[in-house]
Amino acid sequence: MAIELKMPALSPTMEEGTLAKWLVKEGDTVSAGDVLAEIETDKATMEFESIDEGTVGKILVAEGTEEVKVGTVIAILAGEGEEVSDTAPAAQEAVPVEESTGPEVAAAEAAEKPEAKERPADPDIPAGTNMVSLTVREALRDGMAEEMRRDERVFVMGEEVAEYQGAYKVTQGLLDEFGPKRVIDTPITEYGFAGIGAGAAMGGLRPIVEFMTFNFAMQAIDHIINSAAKTNYMSGGQMRCPVVFRGPNGAASRVGAQHSQNYGPWYASVPGLIVIAPYDAQDAKGLMKAAIRTEDPVVFLENELVYGQSFEVAQLDDHVLPIGKARIMREGSDVTIVSYSIAVGVALQAAEELAEQGIDAEVIDLRTLRPLDKEAVLTSLAKTNRVVIAEEGWPTCSIASEIVAICMEEGFDNLDAPVLRVCNEDVPLPYAANLEKLALIDKDGVIEACKKVCYAD
Amino acid sequence: MAKASTSGKKKTPVKKTNTPAAMDDAFALKSLQDALDKKKRFKPTKDQLLHFYEQMLLIRRFEEKAGQLYGLGLIGGFCHLYIGQEAVAIGLQSALDNDTDSVITGYRDHGHMLAYGIDPNVIMAELTGRAAGISKGKGGSMHMFSTEHKFYGGHGIVGAQVALGGGLALAHQYNEDGGLCLAYFGDGAANQGQVYETMNMAALWKLPMVFVVENNQYAMGTAVRRSSAETEFYRRGAAFRIPGMKVNGMDVLEVRQAAEIAFKHVREGNGPVLMECETYRYRGHSMSDPAKYRTREEVQDQREKNDPIERAKADLMKLKVKEDALKDIDKAIRATVAEAADFAEKSPEPEPSELYTDVLVEEY
Repeated sequence: MAIELKMPALSPTMEEGTLAKWLVKEGDTVSAGDVLAEIETDKATMEFESIDEGTVGKILVAEGTEEVKVGTVIAILAGEGEEVSDTAPAAQEAVPVEESTGPEVAAAEAAEKPEAKERPADPDIPAGTNMVSLTVREALRDGMAEEMRRDERVFVMGEEVAEYQGAYKVTQGLLDEFGPKRVIDTPITEYGFAGIGAGAAMGGLRPIVEFMTFNFAMQAIDHIINSAAKTNYMSGGQMRCPVVFRGPNGAASRVGAQHSQNYGPWYASVPGLIVIAPYDAQDAKGLMKAAIRTEDPVVFLENELVYGQSFEVAQLDDHVLPIGKARIMREGSDVTIVSYSIAVGVALQAAEELAEQGIDAEVIDLRTLRPLDKEAVLTSLAKTNRVVIAEEGWPTCSIASEIVAICMEEGFDNLDAPVLRVCNEDVPLPYAANLEKLALIDKDGVIEACKKVCYAD
Repeated sequence: MAKASTSGKKKTPVKKTNTPAAMDDAFALKSLQDALDKKKRFKPTKDQLLHFYEQMLLIRRFEEKAGQLYGLGLIGGFCHLYIGQEAVAIGLQSALDNDTDSVITGYRDHGHMLAYGIDPNVIMAELTGRAAGISKGKGGSMHMFSTEHKFYGGHGIVGAQVALGGGLALAHQYNEDGGLCLAYFGDGAANQGQVYETMNMAALWKLPMVFVVENNQYAMGTAVRRSSAETEFYRRGAAFRIPGMKVNGMDVLEVRQAAEIAFKHVREGNGPVLMECETYRYRGHSMSDPAKYRTREEVQDQREKNDPIERAKADLMKLKVKEDALKDIDKAIRATVAEAADFAEKSPEPEPSELYTDVLVEEY
């Protein structure tokens, strides 16, 4: 059978090119790999090789021809035992290949986005349950330990997690109970061990990868995004990566710019990731358990300054909280303060002071940054008609920005005032005590914003 | 850290090397190379060699067809062909225990999948972005996986698969399943830092892992000598006490022999091995490659003097296999590949609703 040689695409974007030179002539015998022609685009000159063996029949596009469309038949190759002359009429007409599905076609069959599901509420705490006071640090450890007892596949790895008992003591006691096979000290090699953790999850284990702080995860962010978050999608649902990347996030105290940053917005912008940023001990424990159990990759953002704070925690063995569900920390009717992580504490303090001034603020802890509980925000907005976001992080492209957009797009008719962001100053975090204080959010800023949206100034 | 285990399951033992002196005694960077030098080539049965030949030829013909389909606009984006390197995947993967061992590689992954006997139709359909593709058309040429075969991709970020492979090896050790992970990467990826981070941990923890550098001489358009201070990649494990092997990657029987030696070493609990397979890619780095960084003569020379399929063919002739039998194989493979191309062209594109599936596994 005669083979049509078509103008090849030499790059994903090439649509046409110049047939610069024929290196064969009609009647020549060619074998696979022989260069037939040189083709020029605006970027490069490339050699066009023969894939099949045969005899060059008719050359249909002369050398020097410009703007030859990809897919145009440029010559005919006669196969073994065929007469060259037989092959000519087959394709006199240059027919470009059919356009592949372009944007128009895609638009015509635009996909229906699945309806958002109603998110499950927190499980009830049975009446009479004993409440204990736990630090966030202990709650996180207890959450991990319970899941390690429950599932042999769960293990912890990271710098100083085992013998040192954790740089911030979050893994204290785990080595003693679970041994070095399941509590693994790594060298200082974030990119490497983040990849090993993600690979182990692909291989069927349930790794908890601790970053000493999330600042160091910058060295490893490729594995968090490209290896963990995208694999399920890229494999058509075949290959999962149930890994938890956890560690302290956000500003610590007097450690300077490189050790003080909130990565919540970074990770929350990535489809395929779950991003959790709890505030109190009960949520830290219940969400840690959920993070370990889910089949999806999780970025679990803790906060060093909150580790030592104590909260009441229900003494329950298996209190797993729902991912993607915000929590109303304080009910109110005049203004909604949306917050997460350490800023929830700031928001609650602000709400107390606002109450003294006659403003009744509702405080929402998002708890999960992706998927974000839009409904909780919009429901509260419908009630208070005013929203302020308190976020310990930069304002630009922040979670606060996202909440503003959601309120605009889906809650516009309920707004009685512009939505305001109360964030850190838009500068690298300074070291000097006074400057650091000036750069971080505080309750006064939240109070001021709330009064402004209530027109109470 | 010795991760000794207590269960009675099939497992790779972890050898204890407690004192520095004992470590030095037990450690011989060149021991595996010496073993290979003693006996360079695997001695296959006629059927085994015929099978190797058939598999290599399938990769070659499949890739030639993929190149054609790319030229016709049926395959988009990047498409990295394995032509010339066939002996590496076949020599190594034919020596695996497919019930337990795992494989991971970079974006030049078509050959490694075909080596498993995965249906060429679903691979080609992934290349053309169709619903019947192995990743439902959502991965493409660089992102293909088969967890059923313990083939973990198919990764587009140069070198990332090496650290992920370390994780797969950790899972083998953790589960005590006796398996090993074969992690392929190129001479280009060999200059990525995470490769050495992984070597350090793999050696430290004695992970059951074989690092395979497929040295095809060029990282995109940059020749090895222009990018690498140490061009003998098999030596690069020495800093981590990982024994190295230099293997002719254009000879399937030498690769297979090297695999036998390396796998045995790893399965005995000695930790990882670094194997450099010297090979050559005939085609461009990807389809859009101006090929100005090497001469046509250099490529032609490799094809004529060093082709892995021609070498296997010559070996088969020595085993008195008839030329006609080989022609029949070629004919059957051409038919298989033509069918795969036809399937890949005619299969429908994914349903628009697939846009939103598989982002997350669970619902929240």
